[in-house]
Amino acid sequence: MDLRLEAISHRYDALAVLDGVDLTARDGEILAIIGPSGCGKSTLLQIAGGLILPTSGRVTAAGAAPAGCLNPITYVFQDFALLPWRTVAGNVALALEHHPLSRAERGERVAAALARLGLAEFADALPRQLSGGMRQRVGIARALVVDPAVLLLDEPMSALDAQTRELLIEDFLGVWLQNRTTALYVTHNLAEALRLADRVAVFSRRPGRLTELVAVAVPQAERSGEAARLEIARIQDRLWELIRAEASAADREMADA
Amino acid sequence: MPEDGTTASPARRPVPFRGGGFIVRPQRIVGSVGLIALVALWQLGSTRGWISPLMAPAPSEVIAALVVIAQDGTLATHLLASLGRIGGGWALGTLAGLAAGLAMGIFSLARAVGLPVVSALFPIPKIALLPLLILWFGIGEPSKVATIALGTFFPTVIATFSGVDGVPRSLIRMAQSFGVPPARIVWSIVLPGALPGILAGFRITASIALILVVAAEMIGAEYGIGAFILQAGNLMRTDQLLAGVVVLSILGLLVAGTLSWAERVLLRWR
Repeated sequence: MDLRLEAISHRYDALAVLDGVDLTARDGEILAIIGPSGCGKSTLLQIAGGLILPTSGRVTAAGAAPAGCLNPITYVFQDFALLPWRTVAGNVALALEHHPLSRAERGERVAAALARLGLAEFADALPRQLSGGMRQRVGIARALVVDPAVLLLDEPMSALDAQTRELLIEDFLGVWLQNRTTALYVTHNLAEALRLADRVAVFSRRPGRLTELVAVAVPQAERSGEAARLEIARIQDRLWELIRAEASAADREMADA
Repeated sequence: MPEDGTTASPARRPVPFRGGGFIVRPQRIVGSVGLIALVALWQLGSTRGWISPLMAPAPSEVIAALVVIAQDGTLATHLLASLGRIGGGWALGTLAGLAAGLAMGIFSLARAVGLPVVSALFPIPKIALLPLLILWFGIGEPSKVATIALGTFFPTVIATFSGVDGVPRSLIRMAQSFGVPPARIVWSIVLPGALPGILAGFRITASIALILVVAAEMIGAEYGIGAFILQAGNLMRTDQLLAGVVVLSILGLLVAGTLSWAERVLLRWR
């Protein structure tokens, strides 16, 4: 399934955060969105999944959802958004409880999702007992348990330390390569975007506009290899050129100026 | 400078430890020793005649009086009367308070209407309304139950409302993003999220209920711990009076213990 953002503009009262964004996440690709902080990329992602109504523009989807899909457009959140009073299995099951599934089927789906992220032995643990990386694995398992058609990931790694992030990126990529679910991946981390994305959408500072779309021609599976290093580094330099001035200007902005 | 990189100085000064104090450690035995010592001192003062038996009877006499009223059924009669009022009033006030607080936490309109009303009525000592409630409901049980219900209603509303208000928006957004229906969001996310605040409110309302039942029974009741203490005072039976006070203390401890247990079981996830 693809997801098309058409002429999206959004403002919070007097503050314009997004200005005329046209962007399509193609079927089966990871489209990363990078830009300076406060450029409206999180807002755009919330608009994409119908959690915020844009001031103008519309979001459309086309194509078939995978078999057994219960929630076509599904989020993974920056702060994990786990229920602290539920176990790991209970948190994953939350996404299924309002669907008419048999007890056994629900149990099977939860167990399968936990197994895919290596969480089987943590099924009865509470979120507070887990590290940040494991908590986000639960967040990803909860997203996968509904067999989504489009994944919306809102800086899923930014609450994690650098080492945990590296490990989780590889795990996420491994899981993603099995299904190649269409994904919109918001991040402010260039290396992360270049490890995962098929294309990178570069945004300007507020009000966020799409300034450039950069394709990453190297397949994800080959990117950590020696041969691809140079090409990836070249794209990373180019992206940094594109956002450096914007990021610097955004950094010097005052909140209410 | 010597080869190992340390400063060649005539005297090496140790860095003094500055991080002591400000740590409270549990001292279980000392705690109970303090309480026992206090009672023993009181007993000693009474047997030596330092304390007038009319003003404050010895602890042994208070216990003796407690045994007597426990055996002749007096205690049961009064205790059951009080417990019935507390149970009825607290349940009524709590259920209504939960409903109102939940509504105020969820619906803007209920909040806009309810907040000024609750703020205005909460500070009134509810025992001041007992005469009015007696005019409305008569001198019997309903006026006492209504007083306790009113006294527990407002703190429950405030505890529930702020508990619901404190549930992270991000969790509700998450549930919405998975298409969870609103009623289920309230049941699976809002209520469990507000539970710590609601249980903290129960602690407050339980002690309020205890205060109000005694006060209401002192104003006009035949049976009840408050009435029993008042009668004992009128007859200058300070041993029975204090026995009644001890019963109240035990009752308060039991309620607090039950709530602590409930918090341990229900809030294990914290």
